[in-house]
Amino acid sequence: MSAKLKLTLVRICAAAALLITAALLPTGGVLRLLCFLVPYALVGWDVYAKAARNLCHGQIFDENFLMVIATVGALALGEYPEAVFVMLFYQLGEWFQKLAVGKSRRSIAELMAIRPDSAAVLRQGETVIVSPEEVAVGETIVVQPGEKIPLDGVVAEGASTLSTAALTGEAKPVEVGPGDEALSGCVNLSGLLKITVSRPFGESTVVKILELVENAAAGKAKTEQFITRFARVYTPVVVGGALLVALLPPLFAGHFTRWLHRALIFLVVSCPCALVLSVPLTFFGGIGGASKRGILVKGAHYMEALARAKTAVFDKTGTLTEGRFTVQSAAPAPGCPLSEQQLLALAAAAEQFSTHPLAASLCAAAPAPLPGPVENVQETAGEGVCATVAGRPVAVGGRRLMERLHIPLPQTEGEPAATEVHLAVEGRYCGSVRFADRLKAESPAAVLQLRALGVEKIVVLTGDRPEAAEAVCAPLGVDEVYAGLLPGDKVARVNALKQHGKKGDTLLFAGDGMNDAPVLARADVGIAMGAMGSDAAIEAADVVLMDDNPEKVAEAIALSRRTLAIVRQNIGFSLAVKGLVLALSVFGLTGMWQAVFADVGVMVLAVLNASRALAAPRREKGQAETLST
Amino acid sequence: MTQTFQLQELDCPNCAAKMESEIRKIKGVESAAVSFMTGRLTLAAPEDQFADVLKKAQKICKKIEPDCKIVTR
Repeated sequence: MSAKLKLTLVRICAAAALLITAALLPTGGVLRLLCFLVPYALVGWDVYAKAARNLCHGQIFDENFLMVIATVGALALGEYPEAVFVMLFYQLGEWFQKLAVGKSRRSIAELMAIRPDSAAVLRQGETVIVSPEEVAVGETIVVQPGEKIPLDGVVAEGASTLSTAALTGEAKPVEVGPGDEALSGCVNLSGLLKITVSRPFGESTVVKILELVENAAAGKAKTEQFITRFARVYTPVVVGGALLVALLPPLFAGHFTRWLHRALIFLVVSCPCALVLSVPLTFFGGIGGASKRGILVKGAHYMEALARAKTAVFDKTGTLTEGRFTVQSAAPAPGCPLSEQQLLALAAAAEQFSTHPLAASLCAAAPAPLPGPVENVQETAGEGVCATVAGRPVAVGGRRLMERLHIPLPQTEGEPAATEVHLAVEGRYCGSVRFADRLKAESPAAVLQLRALGVEKIVVLTGDRPEAAEAVCAPLGVDEVYAGLLPGDKVARVNALKQHGKKGDTLLFAGDGMNDAPVLARADVGIAMGAMGSDAAIEAADVVLMDDNPEKVAEAIALSRRTLAIVRQNIGFSLAVKGLVLALSVFGLTGMWQAVFADVGVMVLAVLNASRALAAPRREKGQAETLST
Repeated sequence: MTQTFQLQELDCPNCAAKMESEIRKIKGVESAAVSFMTGRLTLAAPEDQFADVLKKAQKICKKIEPDCKIVTR
């Protein structure tokens, strides 16, 4: 709590004590008025000051001014305690509002708890503690076990496990060693690391994420725009109503003071602040709560769009699948003496020094030890490898290598469904190894969760061949698979899918964010997955998932819906109570006490309800919180 | 050009909304957004008019919330 807020609280408490004293004193007449004017002045002088200032600027519907009129009116009617009470409660409400906003503003940064305060940098052989801004690119920082990595860099010395929980919301530890990238915001779990800084602090992952979350508040939700428009009309209408109530009925029925009293109650509830505050407060909390889970939403309007998603379009490779090719099967050619395992081992032996992605999968799948010695390795990019393995010339590679070596390939029926590598020994064709991309373990659950959330159509788009795509996607149970698409085709497909949807329904697209920027932009909500450390993806998407778990798409929808539900509860509740107070006061069924109590009470409840959005519920299996300290 | 500013002593959400709609009416403003929660003003205007627009925006903020100041971040 700031000093200013503390002072206000002391003032409010003092005024409350004075109000009670004044009420208990056995005084009457002018003396009684004076007794009540003391707490009134103490708690309300700044409201008067603000009202005067704003009046000079021509703002007649200023809440301070309306409060002044309401309380002066009450004083004039001889309702001294009411007048003081209204002013007191109004100030208490304002105070609480400021407290809540300040708390919420701070907690975003605290909750994510990823902004580092200091960095230990090696300078002239000594470790110096400086603020992260002062560390230059190329300098070496030292990160002890248990500490947060303050800046992005590459591990120069040491090996350790990192917790990415603060960035991704997942407690999956990552192994790092020399040469590996280490991102700011990760927590070093086990060993001492020396890291060569690769980016200045201002461009580091941590700062980018924080900026993204803070800037997200500028993207306003439709609900928020509606409420601000509503607020602009609400105050004049209620004040107009107050005038009518004060002037019209007395013309016919008399009892001027009775109706004036009722009109003053109107003024007490004329401030729409609870409403105007609770909507952005809730969205702010919702966006903060989501980012704690590694779901960065770039604006409240994307939360609204997510909540109404009826069509989910996924890119296949790297989104629903691992994006890594693993050996599916080895098929020795008919008449070839090699077994499947021998075929794999021979191919892996020849390929073991290659940097091609398929080579790594081959080596991972082959039985150890590999045959040797391996000599005369010649790699031709785009074709494959020729080498001498255990004295025999071996060729491993694609169709093109076999054609160059004039080795006839057996005829296959139709297009092969998977990526193939062929093997020839001493110029004779020996068989092939097939590779396939694997579904991510979470993909089937991700599809089920989307269905449970009422997403009607789930579509997969891919540049792969139809057979391969169908084979991989079959276990998922998606509605449509469109294969063989070029990037331009994907945009056209998304456009077509959008036209089918009903008005108000939205389409989301989830991809890895690398090559699908146009599609991300075309979808109502573009989601980039596995974006940790990829600036391009963070830039292009509306929603950024820090890790590459497709289940997070469903989680993002669920969180958005929850946030929107809280917003609706607040709007409904505030409007209902205000309406009720207005209606009751017309019939003289409520007094000023109750009116201000209801008004401020609603505000407090709305603010407390809004704070639920930030504290997103724990998932059963997630232990993200336990590691994110 | 687009620039983001901090609004100090921005205390009332209704005022933030009022400021936003008033600032949008300034001649030359391409877009303006006031976020109450982060206390930020994001202002876009042609470079040659920017200083002028900013001055007018400051005036509007002062008018709506007298303690409010626009500062560069």
